[in-house]
Amino acid sequence: MSSSIPMNRTRKRQGFLAVFILPFGLLFTLFYILPILYAMWQSTRVVERDGTFGAAREVFGGLTQYQNVFSNTEFWESIGRVLMFGAVQVPVMLGLALLLALLLDSPLVKGRRFFRLAYFAPYAVPGVIAAIMWGFLFSPNLSPFDWVMTNVDFMSPTLVLWAIAIVVTWVYTGYNMIIIYSSLLAIPQDIFEAARLDGAGQVRIAWSIKIPLVVPSLVLTTIFSIIGTLQLLTEPQVFKTFSTAVNSTYTPNLAVYAASSIPDYSLAAAMSVVLAVATFILSFSVLKFTQRKAD
Amino acid sequence: MSILTTPKRRREAASGGNSLHVGPRPAIMSRLAAMTIMIVATITFLTPIWWLFVASTKNRSDLTSTNGLWFAEWNFGTNVSALLDYRGGIFLQWLGNSAIYTVGGALIGTLLAAMCGYALAKYQFRGREVLFNVVLGGVLVPLTALALPLFLMFSMVNLTNTFWSVFLPSLVSPFGVYLSRIFAAASVPDEVLEAARLDGSNEVRTFFTVSVRLMFPALVTIFLFQFVAIWNNFFLPLIMLRDESIMPVTLGLYNWNSQVSQIPELRGYVLIGALLSVIPLILMFSLLQRFWKNGLGSGAIK
Repeated sequence: MSSSIPMNRTRKRQGFLAVFILPFGLLFTLFYILPILYAMWQSTRVVERDGTFGAAREVFGGLTQYQNVFSNTEFWESIGRVLMFGAVQVPVMLGLALLLALLLDSPLVKGRRFFRLAYFAPYAVPGVIAAIMWGFLFSPNLSPFDWVMTNVDFMSPTLVLWAIAIVVTWVYTGYNMIIIYSSLLAIPQDIFEAARLDGAGQVRIAWSIKIPLVVPSLVLTTIFSIIGTLQLLTEPQVFKTFSTAVNSTYTPNLAVYAASSIPDYSLAAAMSVVLAVATFILSFSVLKFTQRKAD
Repeated sequence: MSILTTPKRRREAASGGNSLHVGPRPAIMSRLAAMTIMIVATITFLTPIWWLFVASTKNRSDLTSTNGLWFAEWNFGTNVSALLDYRGGIFLQWLGNSAIYTVGGALIGTLLAAMCGYALAKYQFRGREVLFNVVLGGVLVPLTALALPLFLMFSMVNLTNTFWSVFLPSLVSPFGVYLSRIFAAASVPDEVLEAARLDGSNEVRTFFTVSVRLMFPALVTIFLFQFVAIWNNFFLPLIMLRDESIMPVTLGLYNWNSQVSQIPELRGYVLIGALLSVIPLILMFSLLQRFWKNGLGSGAIK
C-alpha cells in the first residue's frame, strides 16, 4: 500500500500497534487458528482398548482416520449430493441475481428503492427460520399452494434436494444481486455514452459492456456460493423434521455432526479437515480459472 | 489484488432523475417486459413472508382450513400473547439472547476488526503482509468447519453450554479486517493523521476521534455483515448449547419445530415466533439501506 506512513523511528512509536492488533489477533488465534490446529491434531488420534472390555485410550494413529473417511461411502455420497446441488443451484441463483441486477441498473425500470429492498428482504430471514417457513409451504395440508403440493411431493427422496435448493435460492438471490448491482453502479457513466450514441440497445449494452465489467463480483459471489454449498447444514437439518428422505448423513456437515454425536470426534475432525481442504481447493480453482480467462 | 470499487452515488441520483437517457427512449415493449420480470420476482420473494404474516393472524383451525394467502378471523394479538406466555415467556428470553449475541458480538467484533484493518492499512511494520495473508486465509475458512473443534476445545475447559462459548467465537471476523483495511486505505488520508500528530494527539486517540468518524459508513457495512454471520451461524449454538435459557431464538424455534409432531400447538408458536424474530431484521435493513447497498460490493476481488 503506497499510502502508509513509514514507522521506522523508535520502538516507542510502535507500541500503539499492539493496542490496534492484539485484541483481534488474540481472539483470532484462540478461535480460528487454534481450532484448525486442534482439528488436525484430533484427526490423527485413534481409540485403542486393552482387550475387549479394557479402558479406552486415545493414541496417535497417523492417517488412520483419513483412511476411514476415504472408505466412508456415506460421506462421499453426501459430497456428491452437494456437488450436484451446487452445479444446478449456483448457476441458476447467480444467473437470476445477474438478470435482476442488470434490470435494476437499466433505465427500463422504475421504483429501484422498492425492488432493491423487496429482493433483499429474504436475506434478513435467518436460514433456520427460512427453512421452517418453506417446510410449511411445501406441506400439503398447510401450504397456500395445496393444489401443487398434493400433486408434487417436494419432501420425496427425489425432490427434497431441490426443495432445499428453492429455499437457498430464495434466501441468497437478493444478497448476490446487491453485490453485483453495486459493482454495476461503480462503472463510470461515460463508457455508456459512446455506446448509446452508436445506437446500441440496452440488451447490447448489458451483454457487451456491463457483464464483462462485473466479472470480479461474479467471481466473488461464485466463491461464496461454493463455500456455502459445501457447508450446507441448516436447511437439511431443519428438513429432517419434514422429510424422512433427509438422513443424518445427507450433507457433509450433517455427516460431521452425526459422527460427533456418536461420539467419534477423531473421525468427525478428519471429515472436517477433508471438507475444508475440498472447499479451499474448489474456491481457489474457480479464482485461478477465472483469472486465467481474464488474462 | 484487491481494489475498492467506489460506487458512485452521483450516478444513482442522476438515473433517478432520468437524465440518463441520452439515446432514443427505450421501446415501450422492453420497458413492459422488464417491469413484468421485476414484479414477478417481487411477488416470488415476498409471498412467503406475506404467508407467514397471514398465518400468524389465524387460530389453529383456520390455519389449515382457510386460504393461506388471505386473512380469516383476526387473532394476531391472541397468538402473540399466547406465545409470550408459553413456558414462562421463554420466547422473549430467546429474542433477548439473540439480541445480545448478534448486536453485542457484531459491535465489539466490528471495533476489533476495524482497529486491526486500520493498522494494516495505515502503518508499516514487520510481519504486516504475513498477518494480512493469514487473516485473508481465515476468510475462506467456513464458520461451520470451526464449530466442532471449538466444541472440543471448550469442553476441555468445561465451558460448553455457556453464554461465552457462543459469544466469544462470534467476535472474530477476518472478513471485517479485510474490508476495514480496504476502507481505511480509501477513506482516511495520511494528511489528516499527520495533522492530528502535529496537534499532539497520539495514534490511538486519533483513531477513536478522527479515523472512526471517517470510516463510519464502512463500519456500518462491517457491522451488518457480522450481524448476519452471527445470526445465521446455526451450527455453533446447535453443537454448544443444551440449556434453553441461553439459546438464541433460531435454535429455540428449531427445537420447537422438531417437537411439533408430539406437541401440535407448537406449530402456531413456531409460525408467530418466526414472524416476530424476522420483523426487527427487516426494519433494520430498511433503515440502514443506504449503507449496505453501496458497501456490500466493496469486497469484490479483482
